[in-house]
Amino acid sequence: MPRIFAYIVHKDGVVDDSATELAFAARKIDPSASPVAILTGWGAGLDAACDTLRSSFTEAWKVASEPLVYPNAELVRKALVKVLPPGSILLVSHDHFGIDLAPGLSIKMNSAFVSDVLDITGVEGPQLNVVRQEFGGQVSAHVRCDISSGAVVTIRPGAFKAPAGASAGGSVVDKSSDVGVLSAKRRYLETLVPEVGDVDITKHNVLVSIGRGIQEEDNVALAQELADELGAAVSCSRPVVDAKWMEKSRQVGSSGKTVKPKVYLACGISGAFQHLAGIKGNPFIVAINKNPKAPIFQVADIGIVDDLLEFLPQLTNRVREMRCVAAK
Amino acid sequence: MEILVCVRRVPDTSENEIELNPAGNDIERDELVYSINESDNYAVEEALQIVSRVGGKVTVVTVGGDDDEEILRREMAMGASHGVLISDDAFSGSDGRGIATILKAFAQKGQYDLILTGVQADDGAAQVGGMLAAMLDYPFASLVNSIEVLEGRKLKISREIEGGNKEMNEIDLPCVLSIQTGINEPRYVGMRGIRQIASVPIPTFSASDLGVDPAAVGQAATKVKRVDYFVPAVGRGAEMLHGSREEIVDKVLELVAAKGGLK
Repeated sequence: MPRIFAYIVHKDGVVDDSATELAFAARKIDPSASPVAILTGWGAGLDAACDTLRSSFTEAWKVASEPLVYPNAELVRKALVKVLPPGSILLVSHDHFGIDLAPGLSIKMNSAFVSDVLDITGVEGPQLNVVRQEFGGQVSAHVRCDISSGAVVTIRPGAFKAPAGASAGGSVVDKSSDVGVLSAKRRYLETLVPEVGDVDITKHNVLVSIGRGIQEEDNVALAQELADELGAAVSCSRPVVDAKWMEKSRQVGSSGKTVKPKVYLACGISGAFQHLAGIKGNPFIVAINKNPKAPIFQVADIGIVDDLLEFLPQLTNRVREMRCVAAK
Repeated sequence: MEILVCVRRVPDTSENEIELNPAGNDIERDELVYSINESDNYAVEEALQIVSRVGGKVTVVTVGGDDDEEILRREMAMGASHGVLISDDAFSGSDGRGIATILKAFAQKGQYDLILTGVQADDGAAQVGGMLAAMLDYPFASLVNSIEVLEGRKLKISREIEGGNKEMNEIDLPCVLSIQTGINEPRYVGMRGIRQIASVPIPTFSASDLGVDPAAVGQAATKVKRVDYFVPAVGRGAEMLHGSREEIVDKVLELVAAKGGLK
């Protein structure tokens, strides 16, 4: 069985939530494994992050080098190629950094690559068996990955919920001297934070959230009218922002805002995991979608298969009627 | 600037209900609506906009079969100068690494300053661009949502990272970028434009044309194989509401009110 490593993302000395998920995924590959955490970076933040990991990993490899102070995927890849033993399995979170790092790393390691893994069903000889999703999450697939020359595996954030366990009591091993001089043909400049929009969707208890199913820019008004009656705000999923029908500040998801409403009306939203990642606090989710196979119905509390453009106005009218009755 | 854009024809998941075939080894494809992969279309538009600013040509390439010519023609109708089909029985069943191997061979036959892909296709793997870059030893950036051409064979790009933040980078040419949806507003392609391109011949390259070793690609060379498709047992799942629209509306409002969702 190859050794299993987990690349751990950290920032300002704080380890990303994915660290325990990767440790749990490693144990699903091999219950007897002692997975090794690998961290790259520079300075006190890196040391603090390594220290934190003692609770979830028995060993943490520290790779300190000044050019790694910002996690530039090209530099991290070059460092990992030097540090990782050939034939290793490396787990990486399937986020914006993992997408940047992992495919190219698999080529340089000459190992297999399987991405966005939702579940691991075991190892049979040189085969790692995993579960993925395709076609926008509408179907799942059993996938077999040849790990005889190692593998780079990216893990869907949130898919591996680790049970709270005892501290692993790990040690930190300094591997910095293996790395040597690092340079890259891509250079990090700065991170730009978007301007705050007119409406702060993170502050609302009720969100009327629209997706591709709203079909046209003019139909956004149907959601706004319902939101006005409910005292809610209108939020959206990525296709609505891509189409420039709403501001980026209204987008819920891993590349948008994280919201914690009490009630979330998902209108014409398919339910891609990147979108669901932005919905926290276990709200009551009502999903309206014309496609009965839409993944949103797997996570919603209430599902309605209907035409949004007819359903929304009727819902708005009924709220209006109820309020008139209440006012009398 | 010479730009190569790698594209793929996929079932449009926003328009289709995906069903499994009885054997479970594929989806039912007969009734599906196919189109160009959404982020690939943004990549072509971005290439066209770059060329209109700084000059050059856009080539669109796909690995597939005769059915895939339609998306090449569509992107040529948008303004791409060339469309190229890479097709060979030996390529059938290639995994991401196999496709990247084939595209590398094609890219090396030309002199491309910039290679674009969409960020991901219907399998959600987001892999070919990063693999291709590593094989060519070009720098790579994923999830790119703006591109500015700088002096001295460099680009300034932004990547979409968490919370709507943008990670700004400088990257040397030649490079490979995977393009995120929303980077631009792809132009509309009318039937007339597609008809004008309908008779333009599409050059086709085989394994031997590209000097690709058939043993390095295709089903037999895969390290990653799909065993079957399945529909997962839904855990909790939504309680589906049935009945007339009036009844459903009342039920929704009753439940929403109980959760504190009505003023």
